[in-house]
Amino acid sequence: MNKPKPLTSTALENEIEFERYELRGQPVYEFPLDRRDFFRGLGGGLLVIGLIGSVAAQESGGGRRAGREAMPKDMSSWLHIAEDGKISVFTGKAEVGQNTRTSLTQAVAEELRTPPDAIHLVMADTDLVPYDAGTFGSLSTPQMAPQLHKVAACAREMLLDLAAKQWSVDRASLTVRDAGVVDAGGKRRLSFGQLTHGQQLVQAIADRAAPTPVADWKICGTSVAKVDGRDFVTGRHKYTSDMSAPGMLTAKVVRPAAFGATLESVDAKAAEAMPGVSVVRDGDLLAVAAKDSATATKAAAAIHAQWKITPQTSSRELFEHLKKTAKPARTLHQAGSIDDGLAGADLKLQQTYHVAYIAHVPLEPRAALAEWTDGKLTVYTGTQRPFGVRSELAQAFHIPEDRVRVIVPDTGAGYGGKHTGEAAVEAARIAKAAGKPVKLVWTREEEFTWAYARPAGVIEVSSGVTNDGSVTAWQFHNYNSGTAGIRGQYAIPNERIEMSATDSPLRQGSYRALASTANHFARESHLDELAHALKMDPVAFRNKNLKDDRQRDVIAAAADKFGWGKSKPAPGHGFGIAGGFEKNGYVASAVEVSVDRATGKVKVVRVTTAFDCGAVVNPDHLRHQVEGAIIMGLGGALFESLEFDNGRLLNPHLRNYRVPRFSDIPVLETVLIDRKNMPSAGAGECPIVALAPAIANAIFSASGVRLRSMPLVPDGLKG
Amino acid sequence: MAIELTVNGSTRRLDGDPDSSLLTGIREQLGLTGAKYGCGEGQCGACTVLIDGRATRSCITPLSYASGKRVTTIEGLERNGRLHPMQEAFLETGAMQCAYCTSGMILSGVALLNKNPNPSEAEIVRGMEGNVCRCGTHPRVVAAVRMAASRSKGGAK
Repeated sequence: MNKPKPLTSTALENEIEFERYELRGQPVYEFPLDRRDFFRGLGGGLLVIGLIGSVAAQESGGGRRAGREAMPKDMSSWLHIAEDGKISVFTGKAEVGQNTRTSLTQAVAEELRTPPDAIHLVMADTDLVPYDAGTFGSLSTPQMAPQLHKVAACAREMLLDLAAKQWSVDRASLTVRDAGVVDAGGKRRLSFGQLTHGQQLVQAIADRAAPTPVADWKICGTSVAKVDGRDFVTGRHKYTSDMSAPGMLTAKVVRPAAFGATLESVDAKAAEAMPGVSVVRDGDLLAVAAKDSATATKAAAAIHAQWKITPQTSSRELFEHLKKTAKPARTLHQAGSIDDGLAGADLKLQQTYHVAYIAHVPLEPRAALAEWTDGKLTVYTGTQRPFGVRSELAQAFHIPEDRVRVIVPDTGAGYGGKHTGEAAVEAARIAKAAGKPVKLVWTREEEFTWAYARPAGVIEVSSGVTNDGSVTAWQFHNYNSGTAGIRGQYAIPNERIEMSATDSPLRQGSYRALASTANHFARESHLDELAHALKMDPVAFRNKNLKDDRQRDVIAAAADKFGWGKSKPAPGHGFGIAGGFEKNGYVASAVEVSVDRATGKVKVVRVTTAFDCGAVVNPDHLRHQVEGAIIMGLGGALFESLEFDNGRLLNPHLRNYRVPRFSDIPVLETVLIDRKNMPSAGAGECPIVALAPAIANAIFSASGVRLRSMPLVPDGLKG
Repeated sequence: MAIELTVNGSTRRLDGDPDSSLLTGIREQLGLTGAKYGCGEGQCGACTVLIDGRATRSCITPLSYASGKRVTTIEGLERNGRLHPMQEAFLETGAMQCAYCTSGMILSGVALLNKNPNPSEAEIVRGMEGNVCRCGTHPRVVAAVRMAASRSKGGAK
């Protein structure tokens, strides 16, 4: 069998941003089945395979060919309609709470003219689904959904052909409805299962099939409820951490005393003496496995390990450290001359903005259940990159990827924080040593400490503006946090955008919207400073410099709903606004805060967010993504920050790392701009980016204090 | 060492150290995995169960405390295939994303209505303050509790 090439040439690879530090290296994969094998697994019926882009050539249908066929190189998804009519869709995307299971189901239901509950999505199981780079970058909606539209549209057309042939009628007279084809008079009906019965039809497609125009959507564009919601409100759904296997042991890892610490000596006698406890020492991994978690916890605590700790940078000196260790700047964009722009300015401003490390805190910590059977490894784990984790496991154990299966049950959130397979590799190592299936669930403290953080950053901005409000010069230098959203939607004649990598004291990686939050915070705060210095209205000032109408429209929509300019804030209250663009979505947030200088209490009272991500697929779930992004963003904007000293986190618990709670939640108003004529963009990330600067701008409006460091008010704002 | 307690209406036995947590007992011995581990220190509410009708953080509740008591988990709310009004309300308002917090939210909501069948919005916020959701479902959770309150005469047991 030909080994498929890694997906080096797809758009996806080009879109991986600099700060996805956790994703270094090419995905390598080998698809374990040829198509006939695959069909053997599925049984008869109709199989439509979606191919990515130009490598796809239309392949003939009519299965049961004896010859060996080359595997399609870049398969994105496939859809199978079984002889019993069961509709299954296979995709490498993972469900982590963003409700992509629902929105992708809608895409298929739309094209098959069939209710969503008749469709089953098989997601993120590396033995069953095509390769997928991962569920990140807001790509499921713009990339996977169109693929599924095409695949399902192709299936629909093939089913129409089958019915037309069977009845010897013109296919144009037939209708697809409720998992069947109906004739012109509505008298005759053949279900999908009846149409595919006794056949083995295979079709591989790329751009041939025409999906339903957005204007004709009946199921997409509507608020279909979470497809398996009942399993969640009844507690029936099994997350990885809920799973078990016969004979399974529960593991616990004995962690180093500090980042980068090396093991000097171990005394595990007491643990080894406990009944049913195995102590595993495998290279740098020190762990125990026991019959239940209480025993495992007790055994781990009984192990006395000595660690060698090296001195490390603390959070107190973080920003100096990032500047000090900065590598030479990469220029990402250069236009005109900064010197000329500053020379022509009436007002110049130079400011520095800071962003702290924060943690994702997915409520389900990393977890894995690993089992070795006849040299083959199966791991259930909560990850956004099942194939990436499969590669990690194959490399860790020096085995071919077709000996590893990774299965991702719908997972207790990710937010960009679950791109890696730490728990999977650990569980597999312990399972191998113990000779039994092993489940490992990280504690909250482990999740805080040993997962990766959103990068901290220092951002220096130097600008010039004329008295009429035209920005003439814009120099923007980000240290460490990353490049996402580093250029705004503003037309500035003289611009230089730079990024410097640094030596990060903490392990860092992707977080919802990446560095876009940091870069928007600096940019939209700085623009607000310029507007105030010029005594211009912040909305008018932005409009003067914006080059993009969709950006203008979301700002107008947010301002309008908020009542911007209609009234003055009450005493102690302030209004702020900011706009943003990320992952082909446009957002603007208008915020009202109250600041009590006597108690220091800062409360976000109201957030109005306007969002445009093209054609809306599921209005209710989209609204929920926007609300979720705003609520998550509140924490990073106001109070979240990882504190650390000499290789140890100082606040790795929910009692000392504050996340937003019910009493922190403002009144949320969300305006969705549904652009039926624009492709649907993903929505998980963009809506978070304008919140922090809008809050900072509102705090300035309330108090006259300009805050330039995120989190803005970890200890309130007194005095 | 073993304790006896009533779980979702049935008498059950849990073995183990009396200081070990009720959460691991019900999850690992009874297979009732609806209550989740989220923080292990009673800060997030994902492990919430009802003990004699009151919301209790099972991750910091020792087995010895639960001995002889009446425990209700998320699995015990459904009756004869019919969802509890709070479960219905969570579904109708779509008050979940990843839903890892949902069992705890629902049981905290049930306990809140047990104490106060007609809570104000501020009382709902106060009553739910101990439950963390990272996906940001809070406004919908408040709406769900309000909906359940308006439909139920009183709370559930």
